[in-house]
Amino acid sequence: MDPIVILQAGVATGTVLLFATLGEVLAERSGVLNLGVEGMMLIGAMTAFSVTIATGNPWIGMFAAMIVSGLLSQIHAFIAVTLQADQVVSGLALTLVGTGISLVLGEGLSKAGTVSLMPSFSVPLLSEIPILGPIFFAKQSVLVYIGYLMVPLAWYYINHTRPGLHLRAVGEYPAAADALGINVFRLRYAYVLAGGMLAGLGGATISLAVSPGWFSELTTGGQGWIAVGLVIFAQWDPVRAAVGSYAFGALRRLILDIQAPLTLFGVNNPFYYNPYLGFFLQMLPYAFTVIVLVVGSREAIRKRLGAPAALGEPYIRGERGK
Amino acid sequence: MAESTLTKPRGAWRIRLEPRLEEPSTALSIGVSVGAVVVALILGGIVIAAVGGNPFVSYVYIARASFGSLGVLSDTIVKATPIILTALACSIAFRMKLWNIGAEGQFIMGAWGASAIVLAPVLPAETSRWLFIPVMTLAGLGMGAAWGFIPGYLKAKFDVNEIISSLMLNYIAVSWVNFWIFGVWTEGGFQMSPKFPKGAELPRLSDFASSIPFFRGLTTHAGLLFGIAAAVVLWFIVYRSRWGYEIRLIGDNPQAARYAGINIVRNTVLVMALSGALAGVGGMSEVAGVVRRLQTAPIAAGYGFTGIIVAWLAKLNPLVIIPVSILFGALILAGREIQPSGIPKMIQGIILVCLIASDFLLRYRIRIVKVGEE
Repeated sequence: MDPIVILQAGVATGTVLLFATLGEVLAERSGVLNLGVEGMMLIGAMTAFSVTIATGNPWIGMFAAMIVSGLLSQIHAFIAVTLQADQVVSGLALTLVGTGISLVLGEGLSKAGTVSLMPSFSVPLLSEIPILGPIFFAKQSVLVYIGYLMVPLAWYYINHTRPGLHLRAVGEYPAAADALGINVFRLRYAYVLAGGMLAGLGGATISLAVSPGWFSELTTGGQGWIAVGLVIFAQWDPVRAAVGSYAFGALRRLILDIQAPLTLFGVNNPFYYNPYLGFFLQMLPYAFTVIVLVVGSREAIRKRLGAPAALGEPYIRGERGK
Repeated sequence: MAESTLTKPRGAWRIRLEPRLEEPSTALSIGVSVGAVVVALILGGIVIAAVGGNPFVSYVYIARASFGSLGVLSDTIVKATPIILTALACSIAFRMKLWNIGAEGQFIMGAWGASAIVLAPVLPAETSRWLFIPVMTLAGLGMGAAWGFIPGYLKAKFDVNEIISSLMLNYIAVSWVNFWIFGVWTEGGFQMSPKFPKGAELPRLSDFASSIPFFRGLTTHAGLLFGIAAAVVLWFIVYRSRWGYEIRLIGDNPQAARYAGINIVRNTVLVMALSGALAGVGGMSEVAGVVRRLQTAPIAAGYGFTGIIVAWLAKLNPLVIIPVSILFGALILAGREIQPSGIPKMIQGIILVCLIASDFLLRYRIRIVKVGEE
């Protein structure tokens, strides 16, 4: 129950959510709601793990996961962008397909034993900083550091670059973007692809770093859905997405650690003496997601913030008012 | 779209898309759906072949193991029963464009509610079936409705996305049931409750084998009657009642519904609760008719997610849901013995992908035309 340890592990666990959430922020900013995150993460985790077994190199596993999840995301892009179908059902279908294919191809992987994982290291100097050093920069996986870099990059890209402006235009007012010569369809495909690759990276982060291995559907355990919820909480902003992801990571770790000590705040630890109370702890991340959504929606209403205006709407050329 | 390729030389062939102005005919929409399922089975077969299986053997096996004899047909109907109810639950919510994907959790809570009557115990074990079953049904219905009410209320009151909230409640429902079967109602430390007394079981056909020998060994239970009755009632609500008209109008055109003075907030809560209630009855029927004790794995088996696909394939029509559920019951029943074990789930997912993609053919007419000869 050392708070530093919980936060340190929380940052690592939260990196999974961070990648998936950032990916979904990009897709949704372009106007495409992709509910297939859970399926893409699962297939990413499975691919990363099995390719690493086959090649012995976790980096190849990681890139393979990104490619496979990216390919899967293009099914959704085709249905949502080209066929203009309902994005909710299509995303749901993608999750089912991703889950099913991962289960079929991942058969037997759970008994595969150990593989070489993504390297972990401490950052010199930075890890010496009191409190923050051990939490953020000591013995973290290289993926965690990649996550740190990605947040400011994504924020700068979306808010302060020309392609980022195009991205926002396509998500807010695709007809205007089209009139300016921006290829709405191509950009939406591209950002759904980016979202899929990041979801795959999130999956790889699970199976190659945070909780190594393949545990069928329990590998992700709904984290893809939590990521979709976090995007709303984050109000489509990468920095808020990072805060939410790390907080959820810490919560997941706290749930594990709180069951270990004999006493808690000077009294007998009820979770130690009645292990089945742990089921209530297991509910917490999911219950928190709902609470966070309630808080986030109220805030959004108060500040008049909203989703990208064209989110979930297919863009049809020549149709008025779109 | 038609103007986009005007620069092409005259005489070149190209594909032109025309939006269909009229509703597609029933025959066309059935044909497209069947075509989508066939394409899905072919794609699924390719994956099965890719992992070293034989798709023909798998599919023939599925057909034989689910429709091959009266006994297995009866088992198929047993698997279809919970799917009918969860698909009805999804269909009524989807009709209003409320994306309740929490039928799984509502189903689980319904099973828990019905079990609580037996295990708490609310009614003593020697209670007559005529009292036990109605009370258990009401409990399942009530718990399911409560579990559907939560995302409905959060959506109506705080504009919380019901997709995420209903899905999160699935995980909470599983933990909730686990708590009770581990901590409170455990049978000798195993992860299940004691078996229900006779009075708390839904009768099976085989229970009547002493008077009608033909029913010997048939497992189909009275839960099927719940499913059929619910489908008929729901059909009347959706297509023949004023409330159903409101629900359809909100789903098709919320703006117009608002101008017409229809209370969207109230309907959101009501429809989500009704959806949850249907799934909850499904949970009750499964726990009282098949499992006959509270246990997580056979209850949280994904019926809520299969219900989504069935509802979509049936075009949200309550009566069509019944035969479609039987087909999916067959897939799940036979799929239990097929290796690798994820195949039924994968095929279900691929079917939904093909279905949603095929909707395009119902919205557009595809013509191959010569440029300049339009």
